Amino acid sequence: MYAYDELDRTLINERVSEFRDQVKRRLSGELTEDEFKILRLQNGVYLQLHAYMFRVAIPYGTLSSKQLRRLAHVARRYDRGYGHFTTRQNIQFNWIKLAELPDALSDLAEVGIHAMQTSGNNMRNVTSDQWAGVAPGEIEDPRIWSELIRQHTTLHPEFSFLPRKFKIAITAAEHDRAAIKIHDIGLRLHKNADGETGFEVLVGGGLGRTPFIAKTIKPFVPGRDILSYIEAILRVYNQYGRRDNIYKARIKILVHELGIEKFAKEVEEEWKAMGDVGLTLDHAAIEEVRSRFSYPAYEKLPHMPDELKQAAHDPLFERWRKNSVSAHKVQGYSIVTLSLKPVGGPPGDATAEQMDAVADLADKYSFGEIRVGHEQNLALPHVAKRDLPLLFKALDRLGLATPNVNLVTDIIACPGLDYCSLANARSIPIAQELTRRFANHDTADLIGRLHINISGCINACGHHHVGHIGILGVEKNGEEFYQITIGGRADENAQLGTLIGPAVPYAEVADVIEDIVEAYLALRDRPEELFVDTVKRLGVEPIRERVYATR
Amino acid sequence: MTSPLEQKKIRITGPSMVTANRTWDGAVVYRTAKQGWSTELSDSAIVTTSDEARALLAEATADDVGAVGPYIAPVELKDGGKVKPGNLREHIRAKGVTIDLQVPA
Repeated sequence: MYAYDELDRTLINERVSEFRDQVKRRLSGELTEDEFKILRLQNGVYLQLHAYMFRVAIPYGTLSSKQLRRLAHVARRYDRGYGHFTTRQNIQFNWIKLAELPDALSDLAEVGIHAMQTSGNNMRNVTSDQWAGVAPGEIEDPRIWSELIRQHTTLHPEFSFLPRKFKIAITAAEHDRAAIKIHDIGLRLHKNADGETGFEVLVGGGLGRTPFIAKTIKPFVPGRDILSYIEAILRVYNQYGRRDNIYKARIKILVHELGIEKFAKEVEEEWKAMGDVGLTLDHAAIEEVRSRFSYPAYEKLPHMPDELKQAAHDPLFERWRKNSVSAHKVQGYSIVTLSLKPVGGPPGDATAEQMDAVADLADKYSFGEIRVGHEQNLALPHVAKRDLPLLFKALDRLGLATPNVNLVTDIIACPGLDYCSLANARSIPIAQELTRRFANHDTADLIGRLHINISGCINACGHHHVGHIGILGVEKNGEEFYQITIGGRADENAQLGTLIGPAVPYAEVADVIEDIVEAYLALRDRPEELFVDTVKRLGVEPIRERVYATR
Repeated sequence: MTSPLEQKKIRITGPSMVTANRTWDGAVVYRTAKQGWSTELSDSAIVTTSDEARALLAEATADDVGAVGPYIAPVELKDGGKVKPGNLREHIRAKGVTIDLQVPA
């Protein structure tokens, strides 16, 4: 956990007071909506179909049990009893009243939560691996660097009025769980030949109407120089990024139009021209932030405790353990993913009761800590293996032990037309129907790892371009239609999916997805060959032929 | 269901109303013939020509304190004068989400 200091607390509290005054002036008519809009967006407040939507940051996906209980309180007191975890380590409340928002922000500020960097054309919430600090083989905890960047960029004028929103993600593990290649800047922490810690810097990733996979502009930037290097990138973006056309304003367009070599050269020249601007992180500054992260006092525990051996006779427990429990860097401990994808449920939603219960379980079994992943699931990062059987029973009672993590029903979906004012089509009902079609866990296990991502419009909040199967809602003559892509992926081998055929109407989507999965099962080389690898080996055509032959 | 947020040219092809979100709580509201707002679609002022729509929108937009983001949306007029939302977006705004939320009552 990261402990805020007095400066952080003052900043957050002052922001609440400021916003309270802004809301008061808006409600009295002193501020017009045009004047107020930029202010509310700086505090995570959007206007959606039914109401205001309030987006709260969960920096690098780490929450304390106290903070999660407070989110539950906000859901219960100011909203309709639930929240929606997003693909960027935020939580959204869908029914909040503007008049009550200052009170909600104030309640959150008491536990160090805020909504800064969750909307507007500024640096957004820096995201990271939800297993940061506990993943085996990790270079070091990437959250230290996420926090350094967060502190530097928050309210920084260079980063507050950008041509467009700007997103950074950091990973320090071999397997990329932070989807860094679809971010404006992706940072991969690694060590150079001299054993020095630094970053591979990737730029220009992003989805939306013009998707790009980020490209490397510098293979190694020493950790001490990362703030100045990011500032150099932002200076080039601020100088050349387009402000005249919202659709061409993201840095990915600039990188594409300049070319990666030219862009890298511009950044390098800017970085050198900046000289020493006081942004070099000395050892003490890094250690100061590092010291604010506390880690549990782990016990010395056996690799295979008796409780686990006994529970192995329970097939339901074993299915869940194999699916949702992952290796921890400390012997005797595990990382447990809590699926927020129950059969028939809206992906990523959690009720206030579930949030409170997870907070209690975190206190009991995970040193009071919870993580939030971009896949819209939660995790308990420090669970002793001996506690797994009892934790499973508790999670099962809460509906949080669906053994579908990384399987076909672990669907990423945006809120879609049920909530979002930008959407063209619904996402959640499609996801719900698919989870019903593939509800049989044996079938899901047989299919193996398969990520379905659904977006209700081209803005791609559901990351459809990088789903193994991507579903994009579009409108045709007033009706909902869906384009389907296959072969995308968001990990270290990130790539964009390929369109498989003509868009299909709402009622046919689940049938088409079932046919795609059946085609894969028939075509795969061996049971271990993942869907995305079969598509890579064979291309789209053999699957297209089988799926569209009769359509 | 193309987003109406960027509504620039006003040209209607059938009965329409003006809708927005109430400023203090964001609730869906409809512009009434009495120059006010109502949460009931049945209270909305119905316009049938582009000129009427433009005038109703201008009047609604002038009330910046009462409601946010007004735009013109289609309606269907049923027998007996009943007013129904004219597309799926407006149906969802009028009736709520189409999904089972699985939230305890």
